[in-house]
Amino acid sequence: MSYVVLEKEQLNSFIVQLSAKQKVVAPVHKGYNGYAFEEVQSADQISMQYIPTIVPPKKYFMPQYETLIEYDLNETPKTKVVVEYEPLVIFAVHTCDLAGIQCLNIVLSDRPKDLHYLFRKNKLIIMGFECNDYCDGYASCALMGNHLPFGGYDLFFTDIGDDYLIHIQTETGDDLIERMNFIKEARPSHLKALEDLRTKKRNIFRIEVDVGRDEIPALFDKGFDHSVWKEIGDRCVSCGNCTNVCPTCYCFDVMDIPNLDLKTGRRVRVWDSCQNEPFAKIASGESFRAERSDRLRHRFYRKFKYHNDRFNRFYCTGCGRCSRTCMAKINLKETITALKKVSI
Amino acid sequence: MSLEKVVIRDSAYEIKPAKIIRKKVLTDKEQMFEIRFNNGEYLDHEPGQFVEVSILNAGEAPISVCSSPTLRGSFELCIRKIGKLTSVMHNMEVGDEIGIRGPYGKGFPVSILEGNDLLMIAGGLGLAPLRSLINYVIDNRRDFGKVSILLGCNTPQSILFGDEIEEWSKRIDVSFQCTVDRADPDWKGHVGVITTLIPEVTINPHYTFGIIIGPPVMYKFVIRELLAKGVPEDQILVSLERHMKCGLGKCGHCQIHNIYCCQDGPVFRYSRIKNLRGAI
Repeated sequence: MSYVVLEKEQLNSFIVQLSAKQKVVAPVHKGYNGYAFEEVQSADQISMQYIPTIVPPKKYFMPQYETLIEYDLNETPKTKVVVEYEPLVIFAVHTCDLAGIQCLNIVLSDRPKDLHYLFRKNKLIIMGFECNDYCDGYASCALMGNHLPFGGYDLFFTDIGDDYLIHIQTETGDDLIERMNFIKEARPSHLKALEDLRTKKRNIFRIEVDVGRDEIPALFDKGFDHSVWKEIGDRCVSCGNCTNVCPTCYCFDVMDIPNLDLKTGRRVRVWDSCQNEPFAKIASGESFRAERSDRLRHRFYRKFKYHNDRFNRFYCTGCGRCSRTCMAKINLKETITALKKVSI
Repeated sequence: MSLEKVVIRDSAYEIKPAKIIRKKVLTDKEQMFEIRFNNGEYLDHEPGQFVEVSILNAGEAPISVCSSPTLRGSFELCIRKIGKLTSVMHNMEVGDEIGIRGPYGKGFPVSILEGNDLLMIAGGLGLAPLRSLINYVIDNRRDFGKVSILLGCNTPQSILFGDEIEEWSKRIDVSFQCTVDRADPDWKGHVGVITTLIPEVTINPHYTFGIIIGPPVMYKFVIRELLAKGVPEDQILVSLERHMKCGLGKCGHCQIHNIYCCQDGPVFRYSRIKNLRGAI
């Protein structure tokens, strides 16, 4: 285990030096309660105290529009399979979002592998950032166990008072900070501060609902006909915001975008949402999830059961974005709690 | 954003160029296309599998292969004009180029079916994917027991593969019966929904596999009839239609509970999916 420290006053030097070499993105305040990962050149642009960004860092791993194939009907061969990418350092990624990236990695490296995703992912450097306290009341990171880091980063920053303690997880991370002479070796007092913080966090981060993580699979095993699905289905407006902002939602559509000459164009992968009515429709017009309650239930089952059965991992990170963004105030914590109560 | 770009090989989205070498109008809605890869490669599919057909500018659509793998050198697709890609395809001619990805999914487990009696039941366009199995069985006829085919269609005009149906009904080693929901004055055959044909078929349920492909509404009624005849749940095979956009078990469109129709199916044993609400 290798730790170093960065004085908080030196954060600007760190970002300036980093961004001189490559593009750095970090949480930036966008007004009211909105934050977004955007390019930064200095520390004053960054909000180190931020609630989860509107859209998670998945936008760098799996962009909303992504070219898979470029084509030209006059060429032989007509198609070129391409990956568009941008080498980046993603700075100050919360542990819930690190977990979200791990979820995407698992799905897209499962066979048949998605080479487009896997190529792009290796061009991204991830610097995590620990939450010492809750961002807001929507989060359920303790329920999902994501208030603590479990890998998925090159460097990991923890605020221990006057300094950031940095855990170096990879050689890539080590290479980045090697040239920075203002970064110092961690002393035992720094490591003690981390230990104290983690102890303190045990009292701060408590399972947010009256349901244990181990109970969740059984709740979903028997909850398919629970009245909660109808109840939230009646409120849902099928806007698809919950899937857009979800760090583990990756469903997509594949479509062609011809250029005006109709000879050239590109085949793109575009984010899609299982909350849209046509999502499970077939050519003859039958829709297999015609009701909003069917679609919401499907989404919840994808987060808590289906992927868990396949990959032995929950596909909810507890970030709270779906609840925060929902126009109908459908709340994940309330839904899970209701699922435990007797169906009405 | 200043994106960098790299050309990659072996992507699952790579399409193989292929040409239409024959085109046949089947009905006013369906046409059949015989396809050959430009490099002459063999598709090597299982009966019941599908491919992603790609037409640049129009996109992709999942289409089941309607020819048997015993046809080598080319394969056939029966396409109903119903959306963007299929409309463009209907306007294409012999010599035109399309792209193919696949074959994808789990087709009919022919090695398991060997030695058993087969009761194959198709509704409407369901005959297209079933034809891949029917022709496979006919080409390997001695490996199977009794073979019965039941076909249900809306009207006599909507019946697909008329010439072949005529041949199947003449064969002594295949029993073929057809019914239409609505007859016209020239129709001399059976009238009524597909389930009306089932009670007349004599089977030994222990050695029979029931195979069902048709419009979504058909399954539960036909399955009920087969169960009533004593066919075990794991000997009833269904092929389920969903819109497989990627064919790779990723895009989510074809998901039924925790299974992906494009990878885990489209052919399933009834016992596997009977408790998955919304599957049939």
